[in-house]
Amino acid sequence: MDMALQVHNLTVRYGGFTALDKLSLNLEQHTTLGLVGESGSGKSTLARVIAGLIAPDEGKILLGSQELRKKRSLYQHKQIQMIFQNPDASLNPKHSIRQILSEALLFHNIVSRSQVEKRCQELLALVQLEARSLDKYPHEFSGGQRQRIAIARSLSVEPSLLIADEPTSALDVSVQRSVLELFNTLKAELHLSLLFISHDLGVIHAISDTVAVMRQGKLVEKSSKDQFFIRPEHEYSRELLSAVPKMPKTSTTRRLL
Amino acid sequence: MNDIRLDPPLQEGGKTAGSLRRIWNTPSLLVGSMMFAVLIILAVFIPYLSPYEPSGQNLSAFLQPPSAAHWLGTDQLGRDLFTRLIYAARTDLKIMVLAEIIPFCTGVFLGMLAGYYGKWIDTVITLLTDTLIAFPFYLIVIIVAFASGAGERGIYITFMLVGWIVFARVVRGLSASFREQEWVASAQTLGLPGVRIILRHLLPNVLPQAVVVLMTDMIGLLVAIVTLGYLGIGIAPPTPDWGTMIADGQPFITTAWWLSAVPGFAVVYTGIALSLVGDGLADIWRKK
Amino acid sequence: MSIHPILQIEGLSLAAKSKETLVNNVSFSLGKGESLGLVGESGSGKSLTLRAILGLLPRGVTQTGGMIKSGASSAMVFQDPRGALDPLCPVVNQLAEVVYYRQQVNRKASRIIALELLERLGLPDSLKRSDRYPSQLSGGQCQRVVIAMALACKPGILLCDEPTTALDVTVQRQIIDTITDLQHELGFAMVFVTHNLAIAANLCSRLYVMKAGRIVEHGDTLDLLQNPTDPYTQMLIDSVLPVPELEGSGA
Repeated sequence: MDMALQVHNLTVRYGGFTALDKLSLNLEQHTTLGLVGESGSGKSTLARVIAGLIAPDEGKILLGSQELRKKRSLYQHKQIQMIFQNPDASLNPKHSIRQILSEALLFHNIVSRSQVEKRCQELLALVQLEARSLDKYPHEFSGGQRQRIAIARSLSVEPSLLIADEPTSALDVSVQRSVLELFNTLKAELHLSLLFISHDLGVIHAISDTVAVMRQGKLVEKSSKDQFFIRPEHEYSRELLSAVPKMPKTSTTRRLL
Repeated sequence: MNDIRLDPPLQEGGKTAGSLRRIWNTPSLLVGSMMFAVLIILAVFIPYLSPYEPSGQNLSAFLQPPSAAHWLGTDQLGRDLFTRLIYAARTDLKIMVLAEIIPFCTGVFLGMLAGYYGKWIDTVITLLTDTLIAFPFYLIVIIVAFASGAGERGIYITFMLVGWIVFARVVRGLSASFREQEWVASAQTLGLPGVRIILRHLLPNVLPQAVVVLMTDMIGLLVAIVTLGYLGIGIAPPTPDWGTMIADGQPFITTAWWLSAVPGFAVVYTGIALSLVGDGLADIWRKK
Repeated sequence: MSIHPILQIEGLSLAAKSKETLVNNVSFSLGKGESLGLVGESGSGKSLTLRAILGLLPRGVTQTGGMIKSGASSAMVFQDPRGALDPLCPVVNQLAEVVYYRQQVNRKASRIIALELLERLGLPDSLKRSDRYPSQLSGGQCQRVVIAMALACKPGILLCDEPTTALDVTVQRQIIDTITDLQHELGFAMVFVTHNLAIAANLCSRLYVMKAGRIVEHGDTLDLLQNPTDPYTQMLIDSVLPVPELEGSGA
């Protein structure tokens, strides 16, 4: 299978602290890699390095067959987009939704000027929001809606790889479910590859094809979803899985997604 | 589906109506801007409001107490004090506003550069601000005033040299904190260049705070202008200025105390107006 | 159910200054040694209800109706352990301070009691030897200190406001185990507020589901989860994302 993203021996140090320690990881095309780890495991650092927000000290990142260097081309920038955890902070509070969605469209000339309005509406439709939202400002939306807007913005540049860093952690459980469904739909419709970071194993189970576990900047395990959840290779994975609070067995708990 | 229920029930009247209501609900802003507006209106229309010239002497009617003909009396040369006071407001307020424009723009811009880019740009700008802030302001003014001659020019030059510091420091801190916000990170991942992020994204977010600082800074500048006038190295006579008026009235402080007190009161009045406006704006932007 | 309730809440209503009702007609009672879960999403009023019991309503919120009858002292464990500790005071001193004022013993004895409490909560011995500040401890360790501070008040009722939400899963499990053990040992009653239905189900014998300031449904935990009558409860149950059983796990 073709690789959407390959990471080789990636190392990031903050002063004396090693956030990523010679980490290597592959993401197959059109699949979702769920990245699990506790706080301080380096999973967010990895996301930011791949998104180009942090320059690694050592190591190589390949997008498809192209190497991503420190200075990325505009094309490479557009290919990788990121969704952040905190929906309150991920939208510029002074910009209307129209400005937020159209900015990259205009800057990168993705559609002609006359088509921008139509494209903005299509983007909102993709994330299941109404077209009249365009004139509103971020504070007029709920957390889940803001997260949808952030997703629409990232899709505006037509990326091939989407990184989602705990995108549902700040949301209510009911909203979380619908946002996860949205990710699954978009991934299928737009042929995206998805790197999905979460500390919540229930979320990882709902969205991933493959699961990778990180601890202290290193990769502990990478397995297919079914294997990870039923027969994890590593003791640490087992420890994580057994720590998840479970519902008492009842007949009404249904399997979702 | 369930997302909608969390919609905050804010801002029904749209953005403009909302802002108007907020202004109306902030008494300090209302009072402050009204006080300031009174001063501006007087300053603009004084040629039509007063029959006197600001420098028109009338030696037969000097040092008169307030009366119907002369609302605030006359000075030692028989000039109408009220007329002079308002003409002085014209000079002082004009210099106050003009002298702030360039420092405000440079300060905000340099602050955003330092805060956003960090690294060596930040080091250089911080070093510069820390060095300049170590010099007493009045020392620089006096040196510049002697070098370039007394008058407006010295104030403009000095303020261009050091006035930007306060804005740069505030904006630098703000920009550095916004830089960590995810909306800046997402603008970066969208491939937008730094200059664009600074102008389109950071600027509207740092501007409110910078304007609040501007209000307080203008008070300081006004006091500086008046002080320099008082010391005789600011606005040169016969151009009316509150500082020279206070100095001119000093010899008569026991007989005609209002000569110095009235321009002094004008400075206090303007200061209160500006700080009320600043407070009110800060309140509005904080609530948002 | 609870014949001698130590906490009784009847028709509690809370409102904001703007007359907006935040908690509407909430009633429940808590028996000695019992654990009760308040479950709901953000804005459901569950944390406010808890704060009302403690008498610590945020500014601008007032009680507009109902009454709270409490037969025992209560102490609270907060969501953000770091925020609940003074960053500039060594943790042992903070704990000793609480012991000193709440247990009316002298300074020396209060420090000894504090150290015993920390040991009981499984905190490392290094705390005894050198002064440690909250920033030098992990989130889980801070939460243990906060729990120790709550227990130093010898509470009859422990109020927990999402005490594990800010923690990693493995740490969360340890904290929950610790709370359960302590409850067996000390016999305090507990009101546990959480958005996580699974945690509440594991800890509490009765659940109250809150939505928009009202209790929509309540009952014995297993009953409620098996036969929810309110669609909102059903939705919450459905929202718990399942994790399959581990192969060969004894649990």
